[in-house]
Amino acid sequence: MEYFAQQLINGVTLGSIYGLIAIGYTMVYGIVGMINFAHGDIFMVGAFLALIVYLALAALGVAFAPLALLIVLVVAMALTALYGWTVERIAYRPLRGSFRLAPLISAIGMAIFLQNYVQVAQGARVKPLPPVVRGYFWQSEGGGGFVVNISNVQVIIVLTTIVSMIAFWLIVTRTSFGRAQRACEQDSKMAALLGVDVDRTISLTFVMGAALASVAGLMYLLYYGVADFYIGFVAGIKAFTAAVLGGIGSLPGAMLGGLLIGLIETLWSAYFSVEYKDVAAFSILVIVLIFLPSGLLGRPEVEKV
Amino acid sequence: MTVRPLDAPELPPEVLLRVEHLTMRFGGLVAVDDVSFDVRRDEITALIGPNGAGKTTVFNCITGFYKPTVGRLTLRRAEDESWLLERLRDHEISRAAGVARTFQNIRLFGGMTLLENLLVAQHGPLMRASGFTLLGVLGFASYGRAERAAIDKATAWLERIGLIDRADDAAADLPYGDQRRLEIARAMCTDPVLLCLDEPAAGLNPRESAELNTLLRSIRNEGVAVLLIEHDMSVVMEISDHVVVLDYGKKISDGSPAAVREDPKVIAAYLGVEDEEVAKVEQEIERIAEESGA
Repeated sequence: MEYFAQQLINGVTLGSIYGLIAIGYTMVYGIVGMINFAHGDIFMVGAFLALIVYLALAALGVAFAPLALLIVLVVAMALTALYGWTVERIAYRPLRGSFRLAPLISAIGMAIFLQNYVQVAQGARVKPLPPVVRGYFWQSEGGGGFVVNISNVQVIIVLTTIVSMIAFWLIVTRTSFGRAQRACEQDSKMAALLGVDVDRTISLTFVMGAALASVAGLMYLLYYGVADFYIGFVAGIKAFTAAVLGGIGSLPGAMLGGLLIGLIETLWSAYFSVEYKDVAAFSILVIVLIFLPSGLLGRPEVEKV
Repeated sequence: MTVRPLDAPELPPEVLLRVEHLTMRFGGLVAVDDVSFDVRRDEITALIGPNGAGKTTVFNCITGFYKPTVGRLTLRRAEDESWLLERLRDHEISRAAGVARTFQNIRLFGGMTLLENLLVAQHGPLMRASGFTLLGVLGFASYGRAERAAIDKATAWLERIGLIDRADDAAADLPYGDQRRLEIARAMCTDPVLLCLDEPAAGLNPRESAELNTLLRSIRNEGVAVLLIEHDMSVVMEISDHVVVLDYGKKISDGSPAAVREDPKVIAAYLGVEDEEVAKVEQEIERIAEESGA
């Protein structure tokens, strides 16, 4: 029982990170109808930027961890958002109105570009982050022999995710930008005729997705303590699986899917085999695509007649 | 690239939109062929013609859906502010020039509420007031004021079209006639100077159609010019001040409803005869009129 509880806690932590990335996939799919395969690598870039900013702050002598983390979060979000904006501007916008596969190919190219760029610029070796947050938030009494731990890092990850999600949710549902975004999702031409600048709305969507991905990048860095140029690939594909599982285009679905994928992966590693955890996660993708093509919370597409 | 209005006003003050030599070709097909007409302020202008005459194509050119092959569309929004519509991007046509439109097939945002549909139409001013979302998120008072003003305006329109009770329902759940009225209200929320309606009365029952006429007249009386495509001749004759008739992409008549109704070319177009036969048809109509009179 204690073992299961521990796995649940680990799964929720991992799932939060996947959920934050999945939002970026689902939001972009909703508004432009394409899968932004470079999004996983935007997450990786976010993790690296967080690492660099942290090390720079350490060199400047900002030793107080909460302050340092807050600065890292804000700066990394801003810089990663800039990457997201640039990718959209140079790789996708010129292809808008082109055939459907064009932006997809462009996205894959962008993903390869970002990976190689970081590999060359930062080196191929794994970069460690000195442990910033230590200690445990809560530990069980340990009467049964197994101690359940909730580390401070896990609490930070889950809390940050919740706060980001709420902020994000408020933007989408309460602000004029959110309304414009949803309007573009449903009928972008009509939105344009009502005075909504569709290109700018799409740009901002990429910016928001990238900002959330950089939050995920920082959380990943805190959790695992390392980053390399390749983390974006697997994490990105898993987040994509999460978005499909939850129903691509649905924002609550992305978060739910992220949590489920995190839990499935963790529980599989705990009870079956660590080696096959990715197989388990991607089997889910296949099963969902066969039996529930519109996902858990996605709306099935109704053919208009 | 930001667009700027033309420097000198080129239109007489009573003319809001001047369409000059508008031509639209799709490959070898000439959908609109050298059409020129004026839309005057404080008037309801109707664009009529048989199916396939090019009415919707003219609309699509005016509202930025198509870039015209040839032609100039000058809109004089204010005394010292004129725009060339064919040079504007689609969202600028609404924001800068003040042209709003509706479609033959309703294009509401079905998944959003009635209120949200009307708020999207006020996105431009709200976006500016919110400092592009950032200030809005941070809760600046100016944004709160702008948002409240937008909601007030939307509410006023919902009351005017009698849908205030359903403000928070999804637009897709409305009956057809209500959706048509909501679409007009949404277009009006962009603060247009020219409202373009593509067959607003299509599919309405007589009572709804009469309500629509009242609504359109009140919009015109508030100083917004209306340009509409309509098939229902009773609507056209009843509410329009000025009628432009197209046939096979060419303008065949232009004038007051009474004058257009008498125009033999228009009669011929609607009866479907060749140009050479117009005189013959005219004689026949006269003969029939005399006979029935006698």
